[in-house]
Parts: sequence; C-alpha cells; structure tokens
Amino acid sequence: MLDTLLLSRIQFAANISFHILFPTITIALGWVLLYFRIRYNRSGESRWMEAYGFWVKIFALSFAMGVVSGITMSFQFGTNWPGFMEIVGNIAGPLLAYEIMTAFFLEAVFLGIMLFGFSRVPRWLHTGATFLVAFGTTMSTFWIIVLNSWMHTPQGFEMIDGVAHATDWWAIIFNPSMPYRFFHMLLASFLTVSFLIAGVSAFRWLIGGRTKGVRVALRTSLFMAALLIPVQIFVGDLHGLNTKEYQPAKVAAMEGIWETERGAPLLLFALPDEEARENHYEVGIPGLASFILTHEWDGEVKGLNEFVAEDGTALHPRVAPVFWSFRVMVGTGMLMLLISWAGAVMMLRKRADGTGRRGVDGMPKVFLFGLVGMTFSGWLATLAGWYTTEIGRQPWLVQGVMTTKEAVADVPAPMVLSSLIAYLAVYAILLGAYIGVIFYLARRASNGQSIEPRLPQSEDAQVRALPAE
Amino acid sequence: MYTFGDPTQWLPFVFAGLMGVSILVYVILDGFDLGVGVLFPLANEEEKDAMIATIGPFWDANETWLVLAIGLMLVAFPTAHGEILTALYAPVVIMLIGLILRGVAFEFRVKAPAAYKRLWNNAFFTGSLMTSLSQGFMLGLYVMGLDWTLGHVAFAMLTAVFLTVGYSFIGATWMIHKNSDALQLKAVKWARGGIWGLILGVGAVSLATPFVSARIFDKWFSFPQMLWLAPLPIVSALLIGWLWYMLRRMPFRHDRWNWLPFVAATLLWTMAYGGMAYSFYPYVVPEKITIYEAASAPESLFIILVGTLFVLPAIVGYTLLSYWIFRGKARELRYD
Repeated sequence: MLDTLLLSRIQFAANISFHILFPTITIALGWVLLYFRIRYNRSGESRWMEAYGFWVKIFALSFAMGVVSGITMSFQFGTNWPGFMEIVGNIAGPLLAYEIMTAFFLEAVFLGIMLFGFSRVPRWLHTGATFLVAFGTTMSTFWIIVLNSWMHTPQGFEMIDGVAHATDWWAIIFNPSMPYRFFHMLLASFLTVSFLIAGVSAFRWLIGGRTKGVRVALRTSLFMAALLIPVQIFVGDLHGLNTKEYQPAKVAAMEGIWETERGAPLLLFALPDEEARENHYEVGIPGLASFILTHEWDGEVKGLNEFVAEDGTALHPRVAPVFWSFRVMVGTGMLMLLISWAGAVMMLRKRADGTGRRGVDGMPKVFLFGLVGMTFSGWLATLAGWYTTEIGRQPWLVQGVMTTKEAVADVPAPMVLSSLIAYLAVYAILLGAYIGVIFYLARRASNGQSIEPRLPQSEDAQVRALPAE
Repeated sequence: MYTFGDPTQWLPFVFAGLMGVSILVYVILDGFDLGVGVLFPLANEEEKDAMIATIGPFWDANETWLVLAIGLMLVAFPTAHGEILTALYAPVVIMLIGLILRGVAFEFRVKAPAAYKRLWNNAFFTGSLMTSLSQGFMLGLYVMGLDWTLGHVAFAMLTAVFLTVGYSFIGATWMIHKNSDALQLKAVKWARGGIWGLILGVGAVSLATPFVSARIFDKWFSFPQMLWLAPLPIVSALLIGWLWYMLRRMPFRHDRWNWLPFVAATLLWTMAYGGMAYSFYPYVVPEKITIYEAASAPESLFIILVGTLFVLPAIVGYTLLSYWIFRGKARELRYD
C-alpha cells in the first residue's frame, strides 16, 4: 500500500525531476548565448546574432519552466518534509538563503533586460545582462550543489539535542564531494545543451532551414560536445572514487556487488534480487569494476552485505534502481562520445577540391537523423545520474545523520496522492507543450519567418532599422 | 557581553522584519501582475498583448520575492514553516499549480502555434486566479489561527474573493500608469470597480483580527495604544476617499498623475499590512509559536544576516535599474 512516506518521496522525485530538466538547459545555454553575443559583438557577422535570436527564445521558455517548477521546490520542504529543516535547518538554511540572494534575484532581474532590453539599453549593458544571467544560473548551481553534497558527505557541524549546529562553514561549503558533484553537474548541463542545439539544428537543416545561423550553431554544439565528453568521463570517474570513499554502500549498489570481493567484474547486465540477495543472469567483464574503482585489477570492492544492521535491516539503498540508472547514464554517455566524435571528424574533413572544410554538407542524412534522436539525450543521462546518486544515498536523507523517514510530514496519504496526481498531470502537459514548441519554433524559423536578424544600424543600438518580420 | 545585546532576542526580530518586508514587497509587486492576469478576460485580444507588455520584464523578479519570503521563513523559522505549510497543504498546492500555469503561459502564448494562443491566454487567467484566490484563502485561515473549522473556512473564502479583487485593483492602477488611450480608460473603470475589494478585504481582516484573540484586542483597544494607532485607520480611510475621488476624474489632462493611484494603493496596502504585523507580533504561528521560539540557531542566522546586508542593497539597486529601463508607457515586447 502506498503510504505517506512513499507518496511524498514519489512526489518529491517527480517535482525535482521535472525541475532539473530546465536548469540543466539554462545553466549552460546562458553561457552559450553569451558566447554567441560576444562573437557577434566582435565580428559583426549576422549569423551569430541569428543563432542568438533563435536560442534566446528557447532560453526564455526554459527559464520560465525552471522558475515556476523551482518555486514548488521551496514549498515542498515545508509541506512534505518539515523534519529536514528542523534537524539540519541550521546548515541548509544559510545555503538556501545565499542561493536566493546571490543567484535568484540576479537571474530574474537581468533576464528582463536580456530578453526585452536589446533595443532599450546600450550594447555593453545588454551583453552584461546576458553575462549576469549566465553567472546567476551558475551561482545557483553552486549553492544548491553545496547543500546537496553536504547531504551526501556532511561535515563541519555538531549535533546538540538532536539538531545540527554549524561549527565550520568552510568545511560545510567545501565538503569532500562538492567539487566533483559541481563540475559533474556543470559538464552535464553543457553536454545537455550541446546535444539539444545539435539536435534542433540538425532538424532545421533536414527540413530545409539551411541558414548560416544553423550551420554555426551545429558546429559550435558538436565541437563543444566532442571536447567536453572526455572531460566528463574523467570527472565522473573521480566522482566515483570519491563516492567509494565516503558512500561505499552506494558504489556497491551501482556495481551490483553483494559480497566483498577482489577482482570484481564490471556487470553489463544483471537482475539484482533484493530478497535472495544475489544477481540473476549476470554478464560481466572480469576484474574491470575493481580496476575502475581502485585502478588495480585485483583491488577490493566492498559488497552490499557489509551494510546490513544486526537485526537484518538493510543500511544500503534498493539495488535495482541504482544499478540500472547508473547503467543508463554511462550508456548514454558512451553514445554521446561516439556521436560527438564522429560528428567532429565529419565537420573537420576537407572538401575534395581543397576549398576548406565540408562541415555539415558532408554529413550523411542518417547521422543528422541520429542527432535529432539525441536531442534530449542529456536529460536522460542527467536524470539517470541524479537517480543513481540520490536513490543511492537512501535510506539516509543526510548520510549518517538523519533518515528520509525522520523528515516526512504527517500529511494524510490521500492528500499527498491527490497533489501528486495534480502535479503529474500538469507536468505531463507542460513537458509535451515544451518539446512541441521547441520543434514548432524550429519549423517556423526554417520557413523563413522571423529568421532575418534585425541588426542595429547605429552602434549604441538606440536607433534601429527594423525590416518587416 | 554582546555588542548588540542578546542575539537570541534581536536576530529573530530582525529576521521577522526582513521576512515581513519581503512578503509586503511580494504582495505589492506580484499583486499588480497577478491582478493584470485576473483582469485578462475583460480585455480584447489586442489589449491582452498590451497588458502582458506592462508586466513582461518584471513578473519573474516579482515572484522571486515570494521565494525570498518563504525562504526566509524556512531558514529563520523552520518550525513555523513546517507548521504553517502543512496546515495549508491544499491551498499551497493550488497556488503552486496556479503559479506554474501563469508563469509558463507568458512564454507559451507567444511561442506556441497561433491556434493555441487562446488556450494559453486562458491558462494565464486561470493560473492568476488560482494563485490570488488561494493566497487570499491562506490569509483568511492564517488570521483565524490556521484551524479548519467551518466558520474559519467560510471567512477564508471571503478573504479569497476580497484579495483577488484587491489584486485586480492594484493591477488596474498599474495599467493606468503603463497603458494609454482606450485601454487606460478601461483600467480606470476596472479600478473603480476593484476598489470595493480593497475596502471590504482590509475591512474584514481589520475587524476580524481583534476578535480572534483577546490579546490582539487589547493591543488595539487599550489606552494609550489606541491614541498612537488611531492615525492608521484614519489615514487609510482618507486615502480610500481620495482614491475614490481621483478615479472618478481620471485620466487627467496630458496624462498627469497617472502613477498616483498605484502609489496610493501601495501606501494603503502597506498600512493594512503594518496593522496586521502589529496584531500578530510576536507570534509567527498565530497564538501558538512566537518568532523567538521558532528561530534557528543564532550563529546560522548571523551568517545569513551578514550576506543579506551586502546583497540586499544590490538587489534593490538592480531592481530599480530594471524598472527605470522599462519606465514609462509599456511598449511591445520583443527580443530584438
């Protein structure tokens, strides 16, 4: 039966999964827009402004989705998880407060100027507003990742009468997993945006919108992906090692290892069985898990059976969801590596007559369709990654300090069920509308509507020549 | 021993003040843009775009004040945050869904295919209405002490309607300032109609509050407090009379004083709100938990306060910059 705890967890998961989709786009897209803006400022080439003009619309839409779904998050603490703030509020509170004060207002105010101020403010102020919006989204990432990392690797506090009190803010902010998580998330955002831009640009190209702006967006995004994916794999590996040190139970669940062993295999497939405490249908590469986690072929990896209390209750997360989310994330990452490198190679190939590079003209149709298929691959990998780390922390809410169960509010289950259904319905509709509108905007831009950039004639951008839309 | 006295005394007070100011700024700023949303169905298609143009660059930052207010409550008074929000579970969910609908409708109504524009316009109105009604409901229930009895719910339903009409009033006064010609005339008309909501809303809360608890009654109706407090209702009544008089004659020649109704409405709200704050102090959960009992540890509050002292002036500064850049009559919203 669905009880309040499980329903509240599902509701929180639904809210935060829906929410994270949009910051994942806006964090990196803000910087990409700034890049387009600066390239235009320097070169005066309209293709950069065309790319800016198209992607700023998607940015605005994503930002609005992120803001409104984020407001929901700040209420969830009180409506469903009051225990969280009662026990660790002295730590979480200031971190959240700093996020609101140093990030939310910055983004929200300068977004208005960035979106609607192009012809009202001088060029430097518009570029500056674009920078501050991008900076704001990154600051917001920083603070929320600090809090989240602290929940995984808490330090710098003492418990007095069951309530956490801060003793060392430096230790709290720079807790052991924070740097890995922060860069892992930033890179995830950049990869998500790379594949979003590549996918939508490929789509525009395929339906005939072969403008210079589309070319430049496709090229930028493919190179960005090809450069960043190896970095992400490297950072991900470091993050894994960090997790092994601080949350060995999570790593055991990720790898599906029940008994502590040396030379543990990397399981490509397995059906973890919680009851029997073993895997069925294992397919694995011998020794590889040990090699990845300890960088030695016969290194020791702790198994899940080490994390069972004397009375038999499991002190590790449910294995199957963690095991599978981890595989989905890694699998998507490998696909990203393959596709972005293939794309980069094709981009760089020379023309037969030696007149420069072939670029997108040299790409087979099937590859472009592949890019369209990968449009939202970043979302998949990001969500799978978050599920791995968050489900992997269970049954703890703050590792070793408080369990999820201790935080839940005493709201009647039917009440939570009703609100959950309402949220899910709204989210499903909005997600459909969001994806639909992105491709609608792409089609409209490709049909020649609102694609001609309106270029400022005078340098201060106050007096404008506006060709008809 | 302490430089500024006992921090367990003054820190909660300072944070209650900060939270109070955030809520006030929120109800004024998001009040006007929610109000514009509530008035949406009364306008024709072209006017709808002009109405959106008056709030487009601001709404997002306006809503951030709600996040700040609720965030301050969360971080400074965690027990109260839990107590209040679990008591108000249902209206909070309705408000959040309303906020989601109207927030995304801003974007979708101009970006989705034209055939869907009407749908998103409806979503914008519905979302604004849900948000306003649920906030009014929460206000009423809060005043009554957060108990779900029949009488309290009935009272909360009344305040839901009054606050919604009140928001539409302040929205109309904002439009008088930002719109012109026929739409401005309409806004004047709407403001004349909406002022009722304000009078009834402020009246209902002011009359009900003292009778909820003897403590609040004594705060208002004992000597000599009564003398000090007398200007509050008197000035409010005068302001309402003056607004009434002005709205009969607006718009003035050359569109002079078009900002006056908005400023007057803001003053009125501030005073009503100040009266409420006076009534409930020192309680944050009415008659149950005081701000001193609910406050977080002083060392945590202190580190937030240090940041606030630096950041808040900057926030105020660039918010003013934004209102200054988009000053004057609203122009068509475009990205280029």
